[in-house]
Amino acid sequence: MNKHTIVALMQDKPGALNRTVSLFRRRGFNIESLSVGHTETEGVSRMTMVVESADVEQVVKQLYRLIEVLKVSDVTADPTVEREMVVVKIHAPSEKRAEIVALSEVFGAKIVDVGASTMILEMTGAPSKVENFVDVIRPFGVKEMMRTGRIAMVRGARGHGAQAYENAENGHVAEPSAALN
Amino acid sequence: MSEQRTGAQIMCEALIREGVEVMFGIPGGAIMPFYHAMWEYKDQLHHVLVRHEQGGGHAAEGYARSTGRLGVCIGTSGPGATNLVTAISDAMMDSTPLLAITGQVYSSLLGKDAFQETDIVGITMPVTKHNYLVKDVNEIAYVLKEAIYLATTGRPGPVLVDITKDAMQARTIPNWDTKLKLPGYKPNYQGNQRQIRDAVNLLMSAEKPLIMAGNGVIMGNATGELLAFAERTGIPVITTLHGIGAIPEDHPLAIGMPGMHGWVHVNRAIQDCDVLLNIGSRFDDRVTGKVSTFAPKAKVIHVDIDPSEIGKNVKVTIPIVGDARQVLTAMAGELASRADLGNLQGKASDWMEHIREMQHKHQPKQQYHSRPKTKELMPHDVYAGLSAALNARGKYRLVSDVGQHQMWAAQLIDYRHGPRTHITSGGAGTMGFAVPAALGVAMAHPDETVWAVCGDGGFQMMNQEMITFIQEGVKNVKVVIINNGYLGMVRQWQELFEGRRYSGTPMVSPDFVKLAEAYGWKGLRVDHVNDVAGAIEEAYATDGPVLIEFRVEQEVNVFPMVPQGVSIGETITDIPKA
Repeated sequence: MNKHTIVALMQDKPGALNRTVSLFRRRGFNIESLSVGHTETEGVSRMTMVVESADVEQVVKQLYRLIEVLKVSDVTADPTVEREMVVVKIHAPSEKRAEIVALSEVFGAKIVDVGASTMILEMTGAPSKVENFVDVIRPFGVKEMMRTGRIAMVRGARGHGAQAYENAENGHVAEPSAALN
Repeated sequence: MSEQRTGAQIMCEALIREGVEVMFGIPGGAIMPFYHAMWEYKDQLHHVLVRHEQGGGHAAEGYARSTGRLGVCIGTSGPGATNLVTAISDAMMDSTPLLAITGQVYSSLLGKDAFQETDIVGITMPVTKHNYLVKDVNEIAYVLKEAIYLATTGRPGPVLVDITKDAMQARTIPNWDTKLKLPGYKPNYQGNQRQIRDAVNLLMSAEKPLIMAGNGVIMGNATGELLAFAERTGIPVITTLHGIGAIPEDHPLAIGMPGMHGWVHVNRAIQDCDVLLNIGSRFDDRVTGKVSTFAPKAKVIHVDIDPSEIGKNVKVTIPIVGDARQVLTAMAGELASRADLGNLQGKASDWMEHIREMQHKHQPKQQYHSRPKTKELMPHDVYAGLSAALNARGKYRLVSDVGQHQMWAAQLIDYRHGPRTHITSGGAGTMGFAVPAALGVAMAHPDETVWAVCGDGGFQMMNQEMITFIQEGVKNVKVVIINNGYLGMVRQWQELFEGRRYSGTPMVSPDFVKLAEAYGWKGLRVDHVNDVAGAIEEAYATDGPVLIEFRVEQEVNVFPMVPQGVSIGETITDIPKA
């Protein structure tokens, strides 16, 4: 089972996310992470999914069956910028603060809250870097942690612009299915 | 400039604009405004009151499958809608163009667990091609147009439109001219020309080519093109359960059905072939058996309108996404320039001879049980009588339910009258399908005799629709019950694989003849082989619906059979010695 990063553009309509997640459950595709948000184009959402599947082609084809789905790509092998975010509340008594601040600087993490015995850190970066940061910070005592799903963008000129779909109509005219009688 | 209309009136007009003539449904609280409006459009839009929404769904399916046009069914909110789910799911599995319209509670009550509120859009998401919840009267005209477009184009399927009662009651001036905006939906009908050329090249190089025709050939209205292509090349044609009718079964190139209850020679041909051209069949597990052992020597060309079907179950050498008719036409065009066509015809002819030899060796079709008969009537006697009588009279439609009788109907009746003459529930295997589906078929084809073949089990799941035929004055239907006193297919599995533990399968039935009479039908009972032909004659001679109960030998099995999860090369043709 290989992990694949899939990027999908879809019409921002009620139920679109529900349909996608329901499809994955039904077809037995394992979602490791999923994040959805707006794009540069109104009415189009962008979804990044990390999926475990032996047959990613089938995942892509099944997604295309959803009426709202506009474009799906497996970007696993492409040069991409991938980002995750982690927000973590750690045990930070006064004697540990300096060490935590120093570590945060190394990782480019932000300190967003300091309390009497806790700190909240925020860090954004490549998934492996986030993973690394969490490993380093864990020994201080994690009280709460949350991570976002991964987002991915292909480097260079190629990509997944949504402008093309802004006012797209269904250009296809089907033949009427004349019954044979 | 049209004047203001209620949402319900817009619904009626939208359906009429899309060419809908018949709808099958049951009214109820949330859908009432639609029924109120229907009254004004009676002459163009005929509503058939069924006795159960599932029956309405299957009737709409029968209408759709026998015509190729959209079938429409209606239910109210809550249980009315949930009763439609089985039929919707059946339509999804068999790619049937179906529009299900359900009423929904007032939008102000949505999410409040109001009386008869059900999240039918949520429930039907996995079993529809697409579905909608409409809460605004201004969306009704557009959504119905889009829904019908989706249901009937590309790979057809069921679409559900759930409309709140307030949207039906509100008024607006409908805009009929909104262009469809479906940027994510562009079915490809054409097929890639290069892949089509490669496919023809591959066929040319084949020693043992086979064509497998599925539902896509029927729904794509491609039977003429299929026949032309097969005759030009001489390649033998297999028809799947839903491909029956794609080629007349008495045609010299037609070799029969593959799979679990397919013929031995057909399954052996699949295992031996070196190129398999699959047109519009999805390599269902009932066809392939153990998929890793399916067609081991074959390079596969797979033509399907739905790209997700290609490569889903079977590894494909040449994928062609497109409509069966267009792709076959393009393939025939490729043939025209081939000098080596004669060579292929020669090879195909030798191969065909080999298949016919296998067929000769492995048929007659089934060994009868060796134990003494108690009833003097085998199911096979019934089917022999039906096949002879039906074919002697020209065109007919046969609808089968699900179970042993369905497999016999596929095996033992010779379908010679083109597509859409054999109608059954394949993918979903929905018992109860036949009686209501026959209603839809009979209404769509009033000049033809429609036969519905059921088992004693499936018949009792939907027989309430018998009275719908009477209320509608539909006379051109004859129902056959193959009564063996068991849920026969399950009993067969219990006998073969479960040590004959007949748990939950022996079945007591009512007096079907009296039941028929209670419904205003003619009822006949046959329990001797000598009376089969006479009963069928009497059914034909009767101007009205007839039910014939055939009381057959109880423990007869459908053979040949490939057990589940086994290679289709390994067929059981009779009870293994204990």
